[in-house]
Order: sequence, then structure tokens, then C-alpha cells
Amino acid sequence: MKLQQNTRLALYSVLEFAAQPGRQLSAAEIAARYRASPHHLAKVLRKLRRAGVLAAARGAGGGYRFVANPKRLTLLEVISVFERIGPGRGRAARNGVEAALEQVLAEIDETAKATFGSLTVDTMLKLIARSR
Amino acid sequence: MIHIKRIRGARRADLEAIVEIDALITRARKPEYWGEALRRYGGRGRGRFFLVADTDEGVRGYIVGEVRDWAFGQPPCGWVFEMGVHPRARLAGVGTELLEALCQSMRAAGVDKVRTLLARDNSLVLAFFRSQGLMAAPLITLEKDIE
Repeated sequence: MKLQQNTRLALYSVLEFAAQPGRQLSAAEIAARYRASPHHLAKVLRKLRRAGVLAAARGAGGGYRFVANPKRLTLLEVISVFERIGPGRGRAARNGVEAALEQVLAEIDETAKATFGSLTVDTMLKLIARSR
Repeated sequence: MIHIKRIRGARRADLEAIVEIDALITRARKPEYWGEALRRYGGRGRGRFFLVADTDEGVRGYIVGEVRDWAFGQPPCGWVFEMGVHPRARLAGVGTELLEALCQSMRAAGVDKVRTLLARDNSLVLAFFRSQGLMAAPLITLEKDIE
């Protein structure tokens, strides 16, 4: 399963913010942790703010804080802000070979979608704590 | 907020509440199915468990499971077949306590793994089991229409 770089950065960021709900973090801090460009990450965080996951923090240093409900927000909802997972990505099948292959790819997509949809941010934080 | 008095084995007198909870979730009343499930999994059958959550508002949840040896070619493990919590009793820890009690019973029966099978679009229950630490098992479900 391959996610676009923006999507991965969004997932890393959401989990970083959710792990420290009271704290405001800047794009530069998260970018340094994941070796990403701060400019690039700032764009990702702006999108997460528009989606209601983060809020811009006021005061010195700026940054963002987590405002979503970690027990409700799923990985699929975060991913959906940046890309679409699911059937219908490509053009219509022109023959039996393409149709059969599309069917298998759709099966994989549906499984991925169900997996991401079943994992809340809160569950991910528990998983992270267990793997430390 | 409801108060859980205890998790205990299901009895015949609980059937009406169980049928009601299931009907609220699935929108189908299945009294015969649940009568048969209680007959098969209730009581003290070895490796079979049918538990209910007894609360100050009556029975508000149930869980059914069984230890199966070599089912699907897998070493003995516990399977959860059914689980339901009354919609008004959610977020009170009923599901967590039911699953924990079932896991303890299964552990006492000699297994150290529990599995379940869920519809891909059952996001509410999928998220619950995920929150309890269940991960994807090394199994794939397959089906076909029989002509």
C-alpha cells in the first residue's frame, strides 16, 4: 500500500499533535522530526486546519493544536483530505483482462479502506505506545 | 451513565433483552436464532461462552464465543461470533468488559489468541475491536455465489 507523501506527512502530523493535545506545535518542529521540507509541511497543516482537524494557535511562535476528537477521527478521514482510496481510480475497463484486473485491484482497495476506516487516532496512539 | 453490576453467563430469562438489543442493532428480530445460540453456547459447555452485561438498567450487552481447535487449519484459538451493546448503553465500557471477561474465560480454557470476523462496512464494531488491540489476522475470507 503506497500513500502519497502529503498523506503520509498528514498522518504523521495528526498523530504527533494528538499525542500532545494541549501543546501547540509548529510545522518546523514536525518537519525536522520527519525530515520533510517545512514549507511543504506547512501546506499540509493548512489543509488539516481547513478540514477541522487542527486549529491555528495564537501567540508567539504560532503553530497549530489538535482540535478533533481522537476517539472519532479515523485514518481514512485524514487520508481522504489528501487522496481518494477506493475503486474507480482509473478509466473503464476496455476488455476482459482489464476488467478482471480492476476487480482484483478494487478488492485490495476495499480492504485498505476498511482497515483505515477502522483505526481511530486514539487506537493508533495506543498502538504507538505498545510498540515503544 | 449506566452502571455495570457484573458480567455473567446468559440465562433463558435474558433472551428477550438479547433479542431486543440485537433487533435494535440489526433491525431484525431473531428469537429462534438466539434461543438456539443460548442452547449451544450457554451453560457450562467446555470452551463455549455466552455472557451478558448485567447493569442497573437490566441486561444491556452480550457476547458469544467459542474455543475452536484447528478451525480453518489454525491452532486452537478463541472466536467471537456475536457481540451487541444496547445503543443507549454505548460508551459506558460495556463492550470492553464483555470482551475482557470472554478473553479471561478463553485464557482459562487454554488459548492465548482471540479472533473475530466482521463485515468490512461495519465500521462501528470494527473500530471497537481495533480499540481493544485486535489486528488483522493472517486469514482471508472468500466467497462465491452458488449457481
